[in-house]
Amino acid sequence: MGEAVKDLKNDPATLPRRRFEKVNEIIQHHGTDLSALIPILQEVQEEYRYLPEEILTYIATVMNISPATVYGVATFYAQFSLEPKGKYVVKICDGTACHVRGSNPVNDAIRKRVGLRKDRKTTDDLRFTVETVSCLGACGLAPVVMINEQIYGQMTPEAINVIIDKILEEEGETK
Amino acid sequence: MNSENMVYIDNQPVELSGEQNILTLVRKVGIELPTFCYHSELSIYGACRMCVVEIEGRGIVAACSTPPTPGIKILTNSPRVQRVRRTVLELLLANHDRECTTCERSNNCKLQDLAKRFGVRDIRFGERDVKLPIDDSGPSIVRDPNKCILCGDCVRMCSEIQGIGILNFANRGFKVQVTPAFNKSLAEVDCVNCGQCSAVCPTGALVVKSETAKAWKAIHDNNKVVVAQVAPAVRVALGEEFGTPAGEIVTGKAVSALKKLGFDKVFDTCIAADLTIMEETTELIDRLQKGEADAPLFTSCCPAWVKYAEHNGSELLKNLSTCRSPQQMFGSLVKRYWAKELGKDPKDIFVISIMPCTAKKYEASRPEFEVEGVRDVDLVLTTQELSQMIREAGLDFNALEPEAFDMPFGFTTGAGVIFGATGGVMEAALRAAYEMVTGDVLEQVNFEAVRGMAGLKEAAVNLKGKEVKIAVVHGLNNAKKLLEKLKTGEVKYDFVEVMACPGGCISGAGQPIAQNTEVKKARAKSIYNADKLSQLRKSQDNPVVAKFYEKWLQKPNSHEAHETLHTHYTTRARISGEEIQLLNAEKEQKVDVAVCVGTCCYLKGSYDTLKEFMKEAEKSGLKDQINLHATFCLENCEEGPSVRVNDEVISGITPDKVSSLINTKVLDELNAVKK
Amino acid sequence: MIDSRTKLDSLQSVWKAGYDKEKARILICAGTGCIANGSLKVYEAIKAEVEKRNAYVTVEMLLEGKEGTSVVTSGCHGFCEMGPLVRVEPGGILYTRVKPEDAADLVAALMEGKEPVDRLLYRHPVTGAVYAEEHEIPFYHNQERTVLGNCGVIDPEELREYIAKGGYQALAKVITEMKPAEVCQEILKSGLRGRGGGGFPTGRKWEATLMSPGDKKYVVCNGDEGDPGAFMDRSVMEGDPHKVLEGMAIAGFAVGADEGYIYVRAEYPLAIQRLKKAVKEALDNGLLGNNILGTGFNFKIKIKEGAGAFVCGEETALIASIEGERGMPRPKPPFPAQSGLWGKPTLINNVETFANVPIVINRGAEAFRSIGTEKSPGTKTFALTGQVANTGLIEVPMGITLREIVFDIGGGLRDGKQFKAVQIGGPSGGCLTEKHLDMPLDFDSLLSAGAMIGSGGLVVMDQKTCMVEVARYFMNFTQNESCGKCVPCREGTKRLLEILERAVNGEGRAEDVEILEDLAEAVKDGSLCGLGKTAPNPVLTMLKYFKDEYIAHVIDKKCPSGECKALAAYAIDPELCKGCTKCSKVCPVSAISGEVRNPFVIDPEKCIKCGACVSTCPFKAIKEG
Repeated sequence: MGEAVKDLKNDPATLPRRRFEKVNEIIQHHGTDLSALIPILQEVQEEYRYLPEEILTYIATVMNISPATVYGVATFYAQFSLEPKGKYVVKICDGTACHVRGSNPVNDAIRKRVGLRKDRKTTDDLRFTVETVSCLGACGLAPVVMINEQIYGQMTPEAINVIIDKILEEEGETK
Repeated sequence: MNSENMVYIDNQPVELSGEQNILTLVRKVGIELPTFCYHSELSIYGACRMCVVEIEGRGIVAACSTPPTPGIKILTNSPRVQRVRRTVLELLLANHDRECTTCERSNNCKLQDLAKRFGVRDIRFGERDVKLPIDDSGPSIVRDPNKCILCGDCVRMCSEIQGIGILNFANRGFKVQVTPAFNKSLAEVDCVNCGQCSAVCPTGALVVKSETAKAWKAIHDNNKVVVAQVAPAVRVALGEEFGTPAGEIVTGKAVSALKKLGFDKVFDTCIAADLTIMEETTELIDRLQKGEADAPLFTSCCPAWVKYAEHNGSELLKNLSTCRSPQQMFGSLVKRYWAKELGKDPKDIFVISIMPCTAKKYEASRPEFEVEGVRDVDLVLTTQELSQMIREAGLDFNALEPEAFDMPFGFTTGAGVIFGATGGVMEAALRAAYEMVTGDVLEQVNFEAVRGMAGLKEAAVNLKGKEVKIAVVHGLNNAKKLLEKLKTGEVKYDFVEVMACPGGCISGAGQPIAQNTEVKKARAKSIYNADKLSQLRKSQDNPVVAKFYEKWLQKPNSHEAHETLHTHYTTRARISGEEIQLLNAEKEQKVDVAVCVGTCCYLKGSYDTLKEFMKEAEKSGLKDQINLHATFCLENCEEGPSVRVNDEVISGITPDKVSSLINTKVLDELNAVKK
Repeated sequence: MIDSRTKLDSLQSVWKAGYDKEKARILICAGTGCIANGSLKVYEAIKAEVEKRNAYVTVEMLLEGKEGTSVVTSGCHGFCEMGPLVRVEPGGILYTRVKPEDAADLVAALMEGKEPVDRLLYRHPVTGAVYAEEHEIPFYHNQERTVLGNCGVIDPEELREYIAKGGYQALAKVITEMKPAEVCQEILKSGLRGRGGGGFPTGRKWEATLMSPGDKKYVVCNGDEGDPGAFMDRSVMEGDPHKVLEGMAIAGFAVGADEGYIYVRAEYPLAIQRLKKAVKEALDNGLLGNNILGTGFNFKIKIKEGAGAFVCGEETALIASIEGERGMPRPKPPFPAQSGLWGKPTLINNVETFANVPIVINRGAEAFRSIGTEKSPGTKTFALTGQVANTGLIEVPMGITLREIVFDIGGGLRDGKQFKAVQIGGPSGGCLTEKHLDMPLDFDSLLSAGAMIGSGGLVVMDQKTCMVEVARYFMNFTQNESCGKCVPCREGTKRLLEILERAVNGEGRAEDVEILEDLAEAVKDGSLCGLGKTAPNPVLTMLKYFKDEYIAHVIDKKCPSGECKALAAYAIDPELCKGCTKCSKVCPVSAISGEVRNPFVIDPEKCIKCGACVSTCPFKAIKEG
C-alpha cells in the first residue's frame, strides 16, 4: 500500500489487540487448571493495570470455570483491582513500625492533596491511586511511602506534599 | 459395651458405630445440635460455628467436621459452648434485616427458630449499615442479600449438585456477599431457575417469587374462567404444610381446597403427562428406527434442564425431544381446543398451574408458548404459594372433604403420576415403547432399574430383540458428567431422562422445604403407590387421551400435534456483558465486526478465527475501518464459530473462511456506507 | 552437575579454597530496607574504588587463584535502623549509615591499613561508646545468629559460596546415609517446634505426614509472612535462600514427597526473585530435580506468589490459594498431613522452621538442644521495633528474657522514654508488661501469659503509648484481613473494632467494658481458624494488664497516655499565660478567647484538638491533659 510501517510495538491503536493476544499467551503458558487462575490474573492485571470485567469473563470461558468463581477469586485478594488504577499508585505503609512513627498523618495529607474523599481510592482523572498496605519491609525508614516502584522513607505530611507537587509539575499541572 | 470404642457425651457413655462426625453421633443420644451451614447433601463447610461442642482437653470444635475418636469426653452445653452459640446468633441478627413479620420465610426460618430456641433477647452490637439492592429480576427466585447469613449452602448447591455455580462469595471479610458474577442479577447470568438454592437457604435471602396476588385477581375476575392443573408431585407434599406426615397423598383435599378458593375447574396435569408420553415415545421410536442419531434423545419436560441445555450445548439441542412439557401441553389443549368447545375466547380462560417447580414460572413465560399475546399457561403457583392461599382463605385443610378432578382433563393412568419422581418419565415411556415396538401387551409394568435416589441409573431394555440403552440422571451435575462421558464416547445411550432437581419433581424448590432426604424418599414412595393403585398404568391405555387424538390431534406427531404440542429451542448467552474491544475504526466509513468467544464458539476455535481476522484486517489495509471486538455469545452456538458483521450473524466462519468473508461481506457493508 | 556426594565434597573444598584467597571482603547490605535507603549506590561506589586500586576480584578470579578484595552484596545484616550497612572482613568492622561519598575513605582505610573510619562507626545512643567490630556491638553481642548465620555474610545469589560454607551437606548426609523415618526421628529428638507461630513439634508433623498413606505427597513452605512489622522470613528468603531449599528437600525425603511449593507473599518481590534464582541454580547443578546427587531421590520446587491476603498464612487457606481458590481456611480435621494440597498428604512448615532443618542435621539433635530451653530448644528470630534505641532483625536463644532483648540488645528505650509494655506476636499476640521483663521467652511461658510468640514481631512501647489504641490498631488489621467465612471472626472482629473505636473516640459506653471481654472470649473460642482464634489476643491482654486504661477511656473519657487525640483536653495554665493573643490568632476554630494581657481560655466545646496553639505558645503555657 506504500505506507510506512508503523512502530507496532508502541502504536496505541493496536494496544487493545496486543493486550488481548497477550491474555491468550498468558493462559496458554499457565494452562487451564484451576491452580493457574491466580498467576493468570496477576499477569493479566500487569498487562491492563486492572482486571476488566470482559477479560475476566473471557478467562472464565477459556478455563471452563464459572464467571462467579473467577469474580470471587478476583475480589478476595487485595492485589487485584477491578477498577482502573491511577497512573501513580501511592502505597502508604501502615505496618507497626510505620504506624507507630506516624503513617496516618501522611495518609491524610496525601489524600487531601490529591482530592480523595471517603472510601475513594483513585482520583477521578485516574492520575493517583492511594492505598495503605501492611509492611513494605523497610521498617528502618518508617514512615515509608512507595510511589510506583520508588520508595520514599521518613515521610512527613510536608514532605509528601512536596513530592506530589513535583509529580504534578512533571505532569504539566500547576498548583 | 466395648470400652475401647466409647466416647462420653455429657458424661453419658456412648458406643461408636462408624459415625463420620460428632453431629450425627450426638443425635444418637437424642440431642439435636443447631446448625446453619450443615446440609447432609452438601460438602462440609464448617463456617457457622453453631454446632460447636467442647471436648475435654481439646477445647471447642465444630461437631459437623470433627470425627469422634474413642475416649473423648464431649460436652454439648458447656458455658463456653453456650457463649459461642449465643454470640453467633447475636452477631448474625445484628447484621440481618430483621423485618421478620413481612418476610416470606416468617415462621419457617432457621435463624428465627434458633434465635427463639436459644432465647436471644438482647442484641448488644451495632446494626446493619448497608442496604443492598434486592434482585427481583428473574421469574422464579427473589434474592435479598440483606437477609443472607453467608452460610454458603446456595453456593455449594449450585456448584456441587447442579454443576453450574452462578452464585459464589465475593469480596472479603465483613464485605463478603453471595452474588452472581460481577454483582449481576440472576436474569443476566445462566441461572436455570431450578430454585434449589432457595430450597437450602436457611433464611429469607433466597425465596420463591410469590404471585398469589395475580391468582386472586384472576379468581375474583368474573369474566374469566379460572382453571387449575395440579402436578403429580404437589399431591404428595401439599399436606406437609398442614401437618400431615411426609409424603402423604392428599389429592382429594387439594382439589377441594382449590374449588373452595374459587377455581372454576380443577384439572390433573397427569393426563397431559400421558399425552406427553404418547408424543415422546413416538418420537423416540421414529428416531430409533431411522438409526441415524449418534447421540441419545433427551427428555424435555424439565424447564431448568432445557434452559441448561440452551446455555450449554449447541449439539445438545438437536437431541432434545421437541415435545413440550405436560404443563405446556395442557395449556395448549385448553386454550386451543377446549376453549372452542366451551365457546370461549382463549383470553377469557385463565390457566393456573400448581407446580412443585420454580422453573415452571419461567417456562410459562417463554414467548413460544404464547398465541397472539395469550399465554397457554397464564400463571404458575408453587405448592408453597397454594398453601399460603389456603391459609389466607382460612380453610382447615385437614378437615376438607376430598373431591375429584373435573373432566375432561381429570383422568390419568399410573404412568402419568410417576412423572413426579426421578425415573418416572423414563418408566412411563418404556411402558409405552414396549407395546408400540413389540405389539405385545406389557404384563410387568414396573421398571425397578430406573427407580431410586442414585444419581445415575442405567439399564438396557430388550424390546423383542431390539436393545434400547437408557439412562436416568437427576441433579444437573450428574447430567453434566453424563454429557462429558457421552462426548468422549465412554458411554452410549438411546434415551436419557434428565431432571434438574435431585430426586425429581418431588424435590422441586416450590415444594414445602424438605429438611432431609427421608422426606423426599417418603414422597417418592407415595408417588409409586399411587401408580400401583391405579387401574390403568400405561399412557397408551388412557381413553381420554385417545379421545383427544380422535377429536383434535389425529395421531401422535401429526402435523396438528407438532403445531400445538411440540416446540423448538434457542441457544442462550451465559452471561450479559461488555465486549472486548480489539480494533478501533478511525475512519468515518467503517464496519462493525464481532467474533463470538462464548464457550461453544470458543471450543470450535473462534479464537483462531479472531487471530486470523486481525491478521487479515491488516493485510487488506482495512484496519482503520473495522471496529473489531470479541463478544460473548451471539446465540448462534450450533453453527459457530459465529461472526457478526454489522447486524447480520454469519455462521461457520472457521479461520480459512475469514479472508473471503472480508472480501465479500465486509467490503460490501463498507461500500454500502454512504460517504 | 553435582552428581554425587563425593563431587559435592570436592567442590566444597575447591570453592572454599578459592574464597580463602580473599585478602579482604566488603559486604554491603542489600536487604529491602537498605536498598530503599540507597545501598546499591553505595555498592557501586565501593566497587569502583576497589577497582580503581586494581584490587577487585570476582569469584571466578578467586577460583583461578588470584588474590584480592571482594565487594559483595549480602542479605539483611539486621541492624536496619543504622542502614545502609557495610561490613569489612577481616576484622568484622561494621560501618553504619554509609553513603556513596564515604566509599573513598572506607576503601582507603581498608587497603592502606588505616584505622576504621570513625565517623561511620556505631555509637551507643545512651552510653555514647563507639564500637568498631560488629560482634562487640551490644545489639549483635547477645544474639545467636544460626538461622540468620549466612545473612550478611554471603552473597545470596552465589551458590558456590553457600556450598563453600557447607551448604547442601545436610541434604547429602540425609539422602545418602539415612532413611526417611530416621530423619523424622532426628527432627523429633531435636525438639524443633514450628516457628510460624503455632509451636507445634515439627518432628511429629513430619512423622504424621510420613505415616499418611499415599504415593503423592507435597511439601509446602509458608512464606506468607503477613504480620505488619515482621520481616524475619523475608530476610531469610532474601539473604540465604538455599538454606530454605535445602530444608525443604530434606523434608521431602523424610516424608516421601517429590514436589514442593514455596508460597511467598507478593509484597516481597526481592525474596521471590532470589528464591527463583536459587531454585534455578540448584536445578542446574543437580541439587534439585531428578536423581539428586545420583541417589535416585527426586524433588522439585515451584514458587507460588501470594496475591495480598494475610489469612493465606493459615495453612489450609494457603493450600486453598495454591489450588486457585479464595484463600478461605478449611475445617481441621482433616489436617494437611492427612489431606492437604489437592487432597494429598502435605507437610507445611514455616520458612524459619525449614531454615532450622539443615542446622539440626549438621549439628545433630543433641547439639541443637544445647541452645534454648528444654521444651523450646533452638533460637528464634524477632523483628525488634518500636521505641527502642536499636531496631532491627535479631536472633536469640529461646529462653532469653525480655529485659535482655529490650535493654541489652535493643539498647533500652530511646530518647529517655519509659518502658511500658512489649507487644509480641503481632495481631495474634499479646502484650507483656514490666512484670514479665525477667520471664524467659519460650513457647509455653508466653502461652501461659496469654500471649504467643507468633511469628516474632516485638514492638516496644513507652509510657506515651496508648494500649487501647494498640488493641484497636491490631483489631483493625485483623478485621481487614478476615476472610469472611466464619461468623465469629467476620462479624465478631467487626464489632470488637467498633467497641474499641468508640473507646478511642471518646464515645465509649458503660456496658462496653463487659461486652468487650465477653465477645472477645466468644470469638477466641468460636472461630474456625487461627486468625480468628488469636485476633482477640491483643484485646484480652490489654484487658488483663491495662484494664484501668480501658476503663479510663470508656467511663472517664480520658486517655492516660495522652495519645488519643479525641480524648485530649487542651487547657491554658493561667499562671504561665501572659495574654499575648498568639494562640487565639492561630486557632482555626476561634476557640480561644480572653482579654489582652490577661490569661486566655480555651472553649472545650469548640476545640478540635489540632494542637496548633500548643506549638505557638512562646511561654509553653498550653498543656494537654
